[in-house]
Amino acid sequence: MAENKKMQVALYWGAACGGCDVAVLDTNEFILDVAAAADIRLWPIAVDGKYADVEAMQDGELDLCLFNGAIRNSENEEIAKLLRRKSKVLVAFGSCACMGGIPGLANLTNREQILDRAYFHNPSIRPGSQTVPQSETEVAAGTLHLPRFYKRVYRLSDIVTVDYSVPGCPPAPAQIKDVMCAVVAATVDGGAMPPQGSVIGASDRAMCDECPRTKAEKKIARFYRPFQIMQDPTRCLLEQGLVCMGPVTRSGCGVRCPNSNMGCRGCYGPLPGVHDQGARFLSALASVIDSKDPDEINTILDGIPDVVGTAYRFSMAASLLQRSVRS
Amino acid sequence: MTRRIAIDPITRLEGHGKIEIFLSDSGEVQDCFFQIPELRGFERFVVGRPIEELPRIVTRICGVCPASHHMASAKAVDGCFGNEVAPVAHKLRDMYYHAHFIHSHIAHFYALAAPDFVMGPDADPAVRNILGVVAKVGLEIGGQVIRARALAQNIQQRLGGRTTHLVWCLPGGVSKGLSKAELEEIKPMVKELAGFAEFSLQLFRDIVLGNTAYVDLILNGPYSLDVHFMGLVDANNAPNFYDGLVRVVDFQGKEICKYAPVDYAEHVAEHVEPWSYLKFPYLKKRGWKGFVEGIDSSIYCATPLARLNVADRMATPRAQEAYQEMFSTLGAKPCKALLVNHWARLVEMVQNVEMLEHYCADPEITSDQFRVIPRRITGEGIGIVEAMRGTLTHHYTCDDQGMCTSANLIVGTTNNNAPIHMVTKKVARTLIGPGKEPDQGILNMVEMAFRAFDPCFSCATHSLPGQMPLIVRIHKGGQLYREFRRDIETVAPTGELQ
Amino acid sequence: MNFEPRIVAFLCNWCSYTGADLAGTSRIPYQPNVRIIRVMCSARVDPAFVLQALATGADGVLVCGCHPGDCHYSEGNYKAMRRFPLLERVLAAYGVPRERVRLEWVSASEGQRFADLVNDMTDRLRVLGPSPIQPGLRTDAVERY
Repeated sequence: MAENKKMQVALYWGAACGGCDVAVLDTNEFILDVAAAADIRLWPIAVDGKYADVEAMQDGELDLCLFNGAIRNSENEEIAKLLRRKSKVLVAFGSCACMGGIPGLANLTNREQILDRAYFHNPSIRPGSQTVPQSETEVAAGTLHLPRFYKRVYRLSDIVTVDYSVPGCPPAPAQIKDVMCAVVAATVDGGAMPPQGSVIGASDRAMCDECPRTKAEKKIARFYRPFQIMQDPTRCLLEQGLVCMGPVTRSGCGVRCPNSNMGCRGCYGPLPGVHDQGARFLSALASVIDSKDPDEINTILDGIPDVVGTAYRFSMAASLLQRSVRS
Repeated sequence: MTRRIAIDPITRLEGHGKIEIFLSDSGEVQDCFFQIPELRGFERFVVGRPIEELPRIVTRICGVCPASHHMASAKAVDGCFGNEVAPVAHKLRDMYYHAHFIHSHIAHFYALAAPDFVMGPDADPAVRNILGVVAKVGLEIGGQVIRARALAQNIQQRLGGRTTHLVWCLPGGVSKGLSKAELEEIKPMVKELAGFAEFSLQLFRDIVLGNTAYVDLILNGPYSLDVHFMGLVDANNAPNFYDGLVRVVDFQGKEICKYAPVDYAEHVAEHVEPWSYLKFPYLKKRGWKGFVEGIDSSIYCATPLARLNVADRMATPRAQEAYQEMFSTLGAKPCKALLVNHWARLVEMVQNVEMLEHYCADPEITSDQFRVIPRRITGEGIGIVEAMRGTLTHHYTCDDQGMCTSANLIVGTTNNNAPIHMVTKKVARTLIGPGKEPDQGILNMVEMAFRAFDPCFSCATHSLPGQMPLIVRIHKGGQLYREFRRDIETVAPTGELQ
Repeated sequence: MNFEPRIVAFLCNWCSYTGADLAGTSRIPYQPNVRIIRVMCSARVDPAFVLQALATGADGVLVCGCHPGDCHYSEGNYKAMRRFPLLERVLAAYGVPRERVRLEWVSASEGQRFADLVNDMTDRLRVLGPSPIQPGLRTDAVERY
């Protein structure tokens, strides 16, 4: 139990990569300020809190839980629900928790195909091997359990009520600092928090607003894949025919991909009022294509070889159709 | 009646995992399993994506070593484009990669591993973490550690534009070069890191080597296996993290094989157990023999210690001194004591820094010829690098439009799945027994077994096993025993099966 | 087979809605499976509308606009013309067959064409069967396992 009046904080990962946790560490010395103000009760990458410790807490004992990663299996769901019960404020942290993230691309395939690839037609597996991981396995000493793997990827908000969302893959450390300071201020000093359900730690404006490249008129007669041309480092990427999702993505990331001469792929999520980021991108692309002829339009669009995987790179699980219906 | 203890989740690592220990009535460890419950399916869902996008998708396999995946992926993609790459790009990538190694080794050593040694393996869990370490060693040293890792991140950011989840490598090279101004910013950072690498080694000498109990634990404790070692080496059999040949050496020092990346599938295969989502690589030519140690074993480790074991020397002079100091102190090479991985990491860091110095002095490093436009798509590529935690293989095929048609990944930590399982069991059996009731300190010491490997289970479980039937099938001895429908069951995390 | 497809149709006010109206006033029979939503221009049809219609249970979606060159707002239908192939690519990737979503040009005088269009689409969808996209997907227990 907490002594003094330190905040009680948890950071947890679902189907995640650890990048959001590294981003928290990338706040550098700030993490020491957090430690001074808060007891970190669960943070598997860095502290030794176990599930039993969380189960033993009172409901609402945690002032803040930052949950990153998507919901992919039964353990992710179970712990999400556990943490929801134990937390006053639950934040969907990072693109995976907010909208499924890159793991959400699995929603375009299905389990049977995946099974086949991982365990049967795989160059590293002995031909004829029939073993597949099971949710229960009997061994001599007892029964071993594995979480049950779901048919598709869910967002955190599909499973529990989420108080705030902090987008980004990963969220920029500067934004993380701001978010944590705001929550500490609200919890400790009783300041006001944004309305429940808000996206925080990101701008309400598109990335183009932050991007330093020069923007002229967009009339695209041809799209290029990034290796096909040498980019002009000063001009808008989309104007050069290089796919960039800046127009439909929140800013706040520091424009880090265009600053690497690579187009944005939308990890900071859709702008306010937009439900389906990919659909919004289709509209944005359509408005800048320079043609009125259906055949020519098709030829231009053939320059974007994977429309669905580009437009929905991070947001497939949050999209309107959510997953492939191919059987 | 079997009693069971679950360590769930395991902590101070990357990724999900749990350890299930079964105790007999008398308190002996009947069996112990290291289970990985997570997976996401990258090998399948990258199919159909443009192959040049894969390097920026596969970084999301892991947020601690994204650049490892980015580089291995880039090399596999290079192969798909006929290996037409601007030479300067390889130098830039290698330079970035050394900074990346430093970030990760610092994070692992100080945040994940050091708490066991600085605070003690059985310290109060509330302080047995990086925050406790900083409180104990003081803000000055703590601040230095934080600053050093930040420097490594900053070097990466100047080179590649981003740290975590960089978007830099392209067919033909990289998307941005290093400007002279950026190089001037990097130089003092490298200098500071050189000092920090030496400082870290000294800290290790003081806190670990200077503590006889720890030395005894390391050299004589149960954290040791008679299995083999794998790592990438250059033409001089020195470690090279970005490129080279894969060398496998047995625990007596004899080379088992040495192969080029293109031949990986002849030498490494993967075994499946029904109780873990993670597959178990083994030496294919020897066949799967089970979780068995010994000179004929087909199990191998791929870790910093493994890399130093398979190497004949380091690639740079100060690292060579550190390497010689390590092996002469240990008195034997190869070294099988797995906790020595923590030391090996620091030795590697010296080579990382020296290589950064080397590139800082290379006039070509600021060249603007960092990319070429590749002229043909050849359809297949295999890229192998050393991730900080083991040999990482990405193998791709694509069609003539450059769309990915297949991906096979054998990831750093995956290589270590069998040894981790085996040494966890060994340590549990040694530390827990009749009259040796496991408290949180003992259980943490069981966890120290996997921590030596600096595992990354999000990396390891990139691939999806698939079929999770509604109807649960229970296997006994590999045969289908019973089939029935169940709801999700919960096992109380520290107690008996309910 | 009692399945009756439900088609949502977005018709632009100036041409295609008027054309549909003409089918009505001319007493040209067409199957009643279509639910019409009038928009001012085919350019108003955001791809998200189409996806939303499918996600909430439509078996098919029809978007109609003025013939190219005849748009009341000059260029609106060109925007629709450009959006549509992008949407087609996305739907193909999701596994939704082409027959389910169509973009057609119908002028104010083409009452017969509108009726033929609706009949054709309805017949095809009746054969194709119900949309595989189930409404209320999000936390459907079946989807988990």
